[in-house]
Amino acid sequence: MEQQEITLMKGNEAIAHAAIRCGCDGYFGYPITPQSEILETLTKLKPWETTGMVVVQAESETASINMLYGGGGTGKRVMTSSSSPGVALMQEGFAYMAGAEIPGLIVNVQRGGPGLGTIQPSQGDYFQATRGGGNGDYEVIVLAPSSVQEMADFVDLAFELSFRWRTPAMILSDGVIGQMMEKVVLPPFKARRTDEEVISQCPWASTGRTPGRQRNVITSLELDPAVMERHNLHLQEKYAKIRASEVRYEESLTDDAEYLIVAFGSAARIAQKAISEMRREGIRVGLLRPITLWPFPAERIAQLADGVKGILSFEINAGQMVQDIRIAVEGRTPVAHYGKMGGIVPTPEEVASSLKSLLMR
Amino acid sequence: MTQEIIIAGFGGQGVLSMGKILAYSALMEGKEVSWMPAYGPEQRGGTANVTVIVSDEPISSPILSTYDTAVILNQPSLERFEPLIKPGGTLIYDGYGITLPPTRTDINIYEIDAMDAAAEMGNPKGFNMIVLGGLLKIHPVVQLENVLKGLRKTLPERHHHLIPANEEALRKGMEIIHADKQ
Repeated sequence: MEQQEITLMKGNEAIAHAAIRCGCDGYFGYPITPQSEILETLTKLKPWETTGMVVVQAESETASINMLYGGGGTGKRVMTSSSSPGVALMQEGFAYMAGAEIPGLIVNVQRGGPGLGTIQPSQGDYFQATRGGGNGDYEVIVLAPSSVQEMADFVDLAFELSFRWRTPAMILSDGVIGQMMEKVVLPPFKARRTDEEVISQCPWASTGRTPGRQRNVITSLELDPAVMERHNLHLQEKYAKIRASEVRYEESLTDDAEYLIVAFGSAARIAQKAISEMRREGIRVGLLRPITLWPFPAERIAQLADGVKGILSFEINAGQMVQDIRIAVEGRTPVAHYGKMGGIVPTPEEVASSLKSLLMR
Repeated sequence: MTQEIIIAGFGGQGVLSMGKILAYSALMEGKEVSWMPAYGPEQRGGTANVTVIVSDEPISSPILSTYDTAVILNQPSLERFEPLIKPGGTLIYDGYGITLPPTRTDINIYEIDAMDAAAEMGNPKGFNMIVLGGLLKIHPVVQLENVLKGLRKTLPERHHHLIPANEEALRKGMEIIHADKQ
């Protein structure tokens, strides 16, 4: 079967193919390294001629995110992609979407910062993704792929989660996973939803005059504090349900581990190699890879903390996720961080020697 | 078996596409493969490199600090990557433009005069395929027939008439690669 074919492509290309295949209705984006292949691939594949998916090169990232607000508000599966400084420009839109309970997918293929920074890989946007730069009490569901296969698989998953919970979802990748090529099996084709399906599945959406219901209002504005408080309480209840039911992670070699590395995305790949080298030396190290960065697998990390002599948070940044680990661990075991910045990607050897020097003293 | 390979040279020499063809060929053989380019403001005349890992096992890190094999096509890349070859590993280089040849004695060094051969064959663009042929002679990570299949997959159809010339270049590389004189 054509759709089961194993092929070789870049992570960015996989995102574009997966978007078309999972029934995405529209893409709005502005080019930026290291993720421009997403827009390039979509333009090359011309999905508007096949599935009817719309592809727009917007005039800016601010325009893209507001197109997402509009498209998501009509119940359509819409997405945008950018890299770190471009995603910074979109932050206001995330808060508006979260407040108005609009689904949508944002892909961030991270590069080094702050500011324009560098075009080389980084994981410096962990805070940007999980803490948000938008205003108010809101959360964004964040998925962190660590392979080209997951780049492809998480597009549909992110849409599903985003619509299930009516909140924006993000795929937080980086220049390593975006630019590398490896094997991928693309997901099977799924048709775009018809207008009737959107109306029945998204009764909240702005779908034009629809018999049998009052008009739907899509807004994050409410001037009556009592109503606004109720809305906030509703959002917090929803976030609590997401925390309880949507945590995803992967573990390897944690059963007998004396030390634990927590790493996500490309860093988890590097950590895996470091771990197999340390295991060869007789040091029993395991890996926990958060797949959802929000909701964070805090509970599982807390359980594992009791059985290990120390935890290393390996991130390609100055130490961001390490804060969430420390909150989870509550001082029960030492937690150290190792990482590099500025577009420098640490090697497996550096990860192994940092674990030894930071935790095995 | 795992082969961790770095291919490095000038931008425009076909470094990335050589890696891509190697990666596609390995995929044809059902192997695990990763292709990680040094991306950025690379341009013709600047330096370019790509890490290709071919393995029977799932590949963890696509980023490496040491390599089993280095395929080196210019002086700056030789200086950067010669120290990063694992002891007992392989260095393949084109002597063209190399003023300070490799000096290590704990690795296997091969020379391939691909630049000259490509000029002689009247096929300067076949340079990277000559080098790939040399690499495959020393380390048959993939079969020649699968390289040709890989070419059919990576080249747009309008360029398929160039496949015989590429095959000739691959065979030339297998023929002319030789152990370093030192």
